[in-house]
Amino acid sequence: MSPALVISRREIRTYFNSPVAYIVVTVFTILTGYLFFTQLFLEKQADLRPFFNIMPLLFMFMVPAITMRLLADEKASGTLELLITLPVRDWEVVVGKFLAAMALVCTALGLTLIFAITVRSLGPLDRGPAIGGYLGLVLMGGAYVAIGVMASSFTRNSIVSFIVAFAISFGLYLLGRLTQFLPQAWQGLVAFLSIDGHFENIGRGVIDTRDVIYYFSMIGVSLLVATLSLESRRWR
Amino acid sequence: MSDVMIEVDGLTKDYGSTRAVDQVSFQVRKGEVLGFLGPNGAGKSTTMKILTCFLSPTEGRAKVAGFDVFDQSLEVRRRIGYLPEDTPIYRDMTVVEFLEFAADMRGMDPASSPGRIKEIGVRCGLADVAGKLVGELSKGYRQRVGLAQAMLHDPDILILDEPTSGLDPNQIVEIRSLIKEIGREKTVILSTHILPEVQATCSRILIISGGKLVADGTPEALRARERGGRYRVVVESNGVAKEAIRDRLAGLAGVARCEILAAEEGAHAFALDAAAANDLRKPIFRAAVDNRWTLLELLRESASLEDVFRNLTTGDPTIEPSVEKGKS
Repeated sequence: MSPALVISRREIRTYFNSPVAYIVVTVFTILTGYLFFTQLFLEKQADLRPFFNIMPLLFMFMVPAITMRLLADEKASGTLELLITLPVRDWEVVVGKFLAAMALVCTALGLTLIFAITVRSLGPLDRGPAIGGYLGLVLMGGAYVAIGVMASSFTRNSIVSFIVAFAISFGLYLLGRLTQFLPQAWQGLVAFLSIDGHFENIGRGVIDTRDVIYYFSMIGVSLLVATLSLESRRWR
Repeated sequence: MSDVMIEVDGLTKDYGSTRAVDQVSFQVRKGEVLGFLGPNGAGKSTTMKILTCFLSPTEGRAKVAGFDVFDQSLEVRRRIGYLPEDTPIYRDMTVVEFLEFAADMRGMDPASSPGRIKEIGVRCGLADVAGKLVGELSKGYRQRVGLAQAMLHDPDILILDEPTSGLDPNQIVEIRSLIKEIGREKTVILSTHILPEVQATCSRILIISGGKLVADGTPEALRARERGGRYRVVVESNGVAKEAIRDRLAGLAGVARCEILAAEEGAHAFALDAAAANDLRKPIFRAAVDNRWTLLELLRESASLEDVFRNLTTGDPTIEPSVEKGKS
């Protein structure tokens, strides 16, 4: 088994050995469930859209909570030294951590499939947007997680790591709200950089390569920066 | 030269403006247990961190098992076992889980690794705590888990940063004999500031102080080289020239060096350095009798490794490092 997978397996075990995973998943499920079912019962409308719409905001709090200790804690407790003196490449450590946090995010998202099943049992489910929405959630979640891993590589303090991850994702989210105040020439670029715009596109059920490329490059760049930051201890 | 397992040449490491390791050079051969001795903050751990590829040197090179620690770090890391200082181990894993993790990370054969984990666990005295969480273990047990992890893949080179810290006396004896046993066929570097430890386990000692290598040799050689074989002799002058007496003393078998010291009126004082571990008391006494000198004083300045260590690491660093090469 590749060292990256060994690391992610260990990390997943840590998540479920500690209250973190349970708290995050429970809070997440309660929040999204509340949103979905109030809409269902009060407005008599079975719709996944409100759930999808809140996710860019919800991820902003939930994902940094998941990722904050991934590397910061290893630095603080000194286990990074043990980990990194094993025969493992720095990027494998970063990818391993990323995959573990992704697994937890996907577990939480998996629980919300109950909403889709509810909608389907009550009426016709619009399959395109539903499938697109979930695919978009996984891609967007990946970008948030990668940013979180990157933030965690900058510091040995989990709280700082949380705040940095939150600030970066909030900044990227804010870009989407800023476009209308910007000159015409900038609007396209800024809108492209915003983290949730592409999710909305995918959520319409139209999978455009540009949107997919955006999330993959966000993941790639963030993980690259995290790897470099891990490597920086060895820079001459 | 094929049995040189570790080759360090002009190693220097700066942390910002502080120089933690300064032009350190040494070699370690197969079958040596090298004790890395020095006060806290002397640069022992930093050197070890460089050898294990956790940090890179500011200047100089280090080769482990023939591979450069910077350019071929993965190859180096495959061949070493490392116990970091303070034994950082994931606290939320059980002992067995942690060793399994280490085995998987090293790509050990999943068919044989459980057997190996059991074997090394027994050898390190972990059988009773195999299912316990690392976080619940005492320092001594955690140390053993770290050792087990370092030896798990039967590496050719073991690098142990303070392997016996936090252990009780019985455990220390056990771990020392374990290290000695391993040292017969492998190469071991261990750091410590406990002197009896190196005397008990190491075949060779490096003393490092202020980032500089100040001594390199076997425990015996170091003791002898310092004041271990130093004698102070005072004889009544009786009109004999001190040079004559000096030449006589210097001519005795087993004397490496004889110097004239300042002495009181009517007496001559000399300092003799013994070659190797010769006992000079008898020859000096015989010489005095044969030459009819009146021996006023004969003192063997008994030195322990403690003295050597204290001399080398506290006084002014006048003693040149015995390895003086690889200047770039």
